[in-house]
Amino acid sequence: MRVRAKKLFGGDIEGEALVSRDPINFYLADPETGVYLEKNHSLGGKSLSGKVLIIPSGKGSSVVQLDGLYQLARHNNAPRAVIANVADAVLVSACVVVGVTLVHKPEKDLTRILRDGDWVIIKGDDIILGERNAVLDH
Amino acid sequence: MYLTKREERILEGEEGEGKRLAMELLVAIGEAFEAERLIPITRAHVATSAQEGDTYWAERLAKGGARCAVRTTTNPPWDYDFFSRIAELTEYEISLLHRTVDAYRRLGAVLSFSCTPYVLDNVPSFGEHVAFSESSAPPYVNSVLGARTNREGSPSALASAVIGKTPYYGLHIDENRRANVVVKVEASMEGPFSYGLLGIHVGEIVGSGIPYFRGLPRNPSKEELVYLGAELATSGSVAMYHIEGVTPEAALMEEPVESGAEVIEVGEEDLRDTLERWSESGGRISSVILGCPHYTYEQLVEVARILGGRRIHPDVDLYILTSRHALEMARRSGVLDVIERAGGRVVADTCIDQPVFRKYEGTLGCTDSFKNAYYRTRRGQKFVIMDVKSCIEAAIRGEVR
Repeated sequence: MRVRAKKLFGGDIEGEALVSRDPINFYLADPETGVYLEKNHSLGGKSLSGKVLIIPSGKGSSVVQLDGLYQLARHNNAPRAVIANVADAVLVSACVVVGVTLVHKPEKDLTRILRDGDWVIIKGDDIILGERNAVLDH
Repeated sequence: MYLTKREERILEGEEGEGKRLAMELLVAIGEAFEAERLIPITRAHVATSAQEGDTYWAERLAKGGARCAVRTTTNPPWDYDFFSRIAELTEYEISLLHRTVDAYRRLGAVLSFSCTPYVLDNVPSFGEHVAFSESSAPPYVNSVLGARTNREGSPSALASAVIGKTPYYGLHIDENRRANVVVKVEASMEGPFSYGLLGIHVGEIVGSGIPYFRGLPRNPSKEELVYLGAELATSGSVAMYHIEGVTPEAALMEEPVESGAEVIEVGEEDLRDTLERWSESGGRISSVILGCPHYTYEQLVEVARILGGRRIHPDVDLYILTSRHALEMARRSGVLDVIERAGGRVVADTCIDQPVFRKYEGTLGCTDSFKNAYYRTRRGQKFVIMDVKSCIEAAIRGEVR
């Protein structure tokens, strides 16, 4: 399946989906493990490290969102890409400064379609849900 | 988003890596908000914080040869000369401060280190397009001054400073500056603290909306308006408000409130309930921290007047954070001497959200600022929040009863 979206920053990339139903703030992840710590959150206890993160939106002030993602990256535990239903200026800034691919406004709500571990490929403005190495090699 | 030929060349790196990075961020934000183009700005303010993510970005831009293209003031990290003598700081924290100051100096920013440039040394005029970060700034700049800024983060404000432009969306556009919620105030308002309490209460309700206040006094002080905006942007993410009969823009609009806007009423009891939720009730205190946002010269005069020659309790540290300008005026006029003889410390260039106040983590303090309490809570300090007079009385007694 191919879902049209809007690439805001970064290169083409593929990886395992990690799906959040709730808005996220990178400050609430442990930089040394990548594990998201917020209680009563759909990502609670899961690691963001190297994942394609599927979220409704970001939340929280600019300083903490950026510093949170920066600390994850410094420990090699940042997500590899973020797909947000809507990206606010703070989330855009954090991803651009740290260098994480960011896509938003997919024409379908992927937080309801995808499951953890699904393989996701971001190619230009397209999000391709498919098999590992199926598309980017061609 | 449409880019001019020159903007495209900057994005391709023809004017250096620093400008390329800055342009890349502005384009990403512009695309996210479907801005049609970039527009020139006349000035900027960057919420410099000496936190690693922020410093990393400033260093990358500086290393890439970027320079601020417009007047760009900076938020306070902390004052090395003052705190290196009295606070326990790690080598890393000290080096991070020096790296931050150095990066912003190389970027050609004004090293003003105050969070209230909009009443001090970076004051836009009505209608100016600017890019201000620091959460208390957009409400004051948009509402009181009638200039135009979105609620920028530190990286986007710095990128705009370097390019001299910002994406044309949000509060830069006329149609987006109308109120979408009416707030009828039926409580007596006097002094910055009461405006701050109103701001915290309304910010929680309206979130990112634009409130239109009715029933407020006609001649608020600048300090009262600073507190109102700072707190609206603490519990909510308000970037603009109108006050009937006070702020300039509402009077110029045909319809300052969108049709069908929700109406909320705020009475004394609502404010009392909100205060109870935000403030600790009392006990022995270790510190009184004032100046979030930075105290004006007039507020320093007020503190000296309340002290009236009395000394603060030996177990309490009284800090008042302010701008370098107000500190120097207080020194010249004798106000500083009164506060220091009472045992108080007036400090410039410093933010409450810094490791220099580590000593007070895990203890109870007093402040007149909800924003202060909110950010210090993240660092493990709790606060009784009350007006400046009550804070000073508590500093003298050593406790809040």
